[in-house]
Amino acid sequence: MTSREHTNREYEQELRKLREQVLRMGAKVEEIISGSIKALLERDTVLATRMIAFDRKINQMEVDIDELCMLILARRQPVASDLRFITMALKLVTDLERIGDLGVNISERVMELNEEPQLKPYVDLPRMADEVQAMLREALDAFVAGDPDRAQAVIERDQTVDAYYTQVFRELLTYMMEDTHNIYRATRLQSIAKYLERIGDHATNLAEMVVFMVKGKDIRHTGKLEGESAGG
Amino acid sequence: MSPPSVTSQDRNQDRNQDRPTKLAVRDLSVFYGEKRALAPMTMDIPEKHVTALIGPSGCGKSTYLRSLNRMNELIPSCRVTGDVRLDGEPIYGPGIDPVVVRRRIGMVFQRSNPFPKSIFENVAYGLRIGGMKSREDIAGRVERALSQAALWSEVKERLQDSALGLSGGQQQRLCIARALAVEPEVLLMDEPASALDPIATAHIEELIDELSHDYTVVIVTHNMQQAARVSDWTAFFYMGELVEYDRTNNIFTKPSKSKTEDYITGRFG
Repeated sequence: MTSREHTNREYEQELRKLREQVLRMGAKVEEIISGSIKALLERDTVLATRMIAFDRKINQMEVDIDELCMLILARRQPVASDLRFITMALKLVTDLERIGDLGVNISERVMELNEEPQLKPYVDLPRMADEVQAMLREALDAFVAGDPDRAQAVIERDQTVDAYYTQVFRELLTYMMEDTHNIYRATRLQSIAKYLERIGDHATNLAEMVVFMVKGKDIRHTGKLEGESAGG
Repeated sequence: MSPPSVTSQDRNQDRNQDRPTKLAVRDLSVFYGEKRALAPMTMDIPEKHVTALIGPSGCGKSTYLRSLNRMNELIPSCRVTGDVRLDGEPIYGPGIDPVVVRRRIGMVFQRSNPFPKSIFENVAYGLRIGGMKSREDIAGRVERALSQAALWSEVKERLQDSALGLSGGQQQRLCIARALAVEPEVLLMDEPASALDPIATAHIEELIDELSHDYTVVIVTHNMQQAARVSDWTAFFYMGELVEYDRTNNIFTKPSKSKTEDYITGRFG
C-alpha cells in the first residue's frame, strides 16, 4: 500500500474514515464472537441476549460503510491501490456482517442450551473458539498493517479449525448414540461448532482480501501467495 | 476481487494475441539543443490498438508523440537519436521523406484547427495536395472520412458551409476526418478532447474505440480516466523517462512501479 498522502486532502480524509470504520466494525464483530463464546462457557443467558441485540449495531455499520464506498467511487474514481482498498472494503464488510450473524446464532443456541443442564464438560470447543478468534484478530491486524504474510498465516490456520470441527462432531455423535436424551443438546453444540467453523472460513476470506489489497494478487481458491510473477 | 489481468474476458489480452507491432521504438532519445527531453526508451506499439501516454506536464509524452511521425523536426533545435520503425521500416532512415511518414502516421491536435474553408474543403485538402484530381474520388474519400469520424450525418447537408461554424466537438471530429482522409495507418492524438465538454468528449472517445478496429491509435491525455476508458495499453512518463508500460487494466488496478501508483492515485507533489 502506498503510504504517501493524497494531494487532495478531502479524498485522503475519506479514505482514512473508511479505514477507521472498517476497523471499528471489525472490533465490534470480535466483541460479539467473544461475548457469545463467553455466554456459552459461563452459561450466561443475559450476556447471550445482549449479544443478539448487539448485532444491530454491526448491521448498521455495514450499511454506513457501503454508503461511504459508493460515495468515494462516485466522486473520486479511485484507481490502483485505492481502488483495491475500496472494493475490498465493500467485500470485507459482507464477511464481517456474516460473522456477526454467526455470533448471534451461537448466542441463540446458548440460550436453548441454558434451559437444560450442561451435557458435558467442554474441552475441544473452547480450543476451537480460541483458534477461530485468533484467526479473526490476525486477519484484522493484517488488514491494519497491510501485511500479506500475516494474512497468509491466517489462511493456513483454517485447517486446524476444520480438524477441530471433525473431532467435536465425532465426540458429540457418541453422546447421541449413547442416549437419545442427549440429542437436543448435542445437536445444539454441534451447530455451535459448525458456526465456529464458518467463522474460520470468513476469516480466511478476509485474509485473502488483505493479500489482494496489498499485492494485487488474487489467491482465492488456490490459497497460496506465490513468488512474484506479475509482469511489468 | 478478480483482478482483470487473469480473467478470460480480458478484452486486451484477447485482442492482443494476434496483433503484431506497428511501431517499434528503439532507444529513442530527443534533445532540445543541449537539453535532453527524453531518455532513451524502447517500446512496442501494437497494431490496431489504442495506446495511451500519460504523465504530468513536461514529462515528455508530447515530445515522444511528435517524434513518432517526425513532427519534431519542425522545431529547429530538436535532435532525435535512436530508431522508430513502422512495420519494420525505419522512419528516420536515410532517404525517407518525412512527408510520406506523416501521411502514413497522421496527427490530431489538442485544439481543433480547421482551415477557414468549407467543411468539404477541409477534408479534401490533404487529398488535393497529395495530387488527387478526380472530383468523384475526392468526394468519395471525403464522405468516407467524415463517416469514419462520425460526423457525416451531422454535416452532409451543409458541406459547403464554413468549418468555423461547427461546434468545438464537431470541429475536432472534422480534424480527425481530415487526418483520416489521406488514409493513414497510425493516428497520433495529442489531447484530442481536452477542450471539449463531456458529451463531445464521449463522442470522441467512442470514435477512438471505433477507429482502433482499423487504425493504430496513440493518444496523449491528461485525463487519466480517459486513458483508462479508451486505451488498451498505457505508458506512464515521468521527467523524460518511460516509467511503466503495461496493459491499461494492469496500470489502473495494480501498477508495478510505485511512481505510477503515486501518480495515478493522485499522490504526487
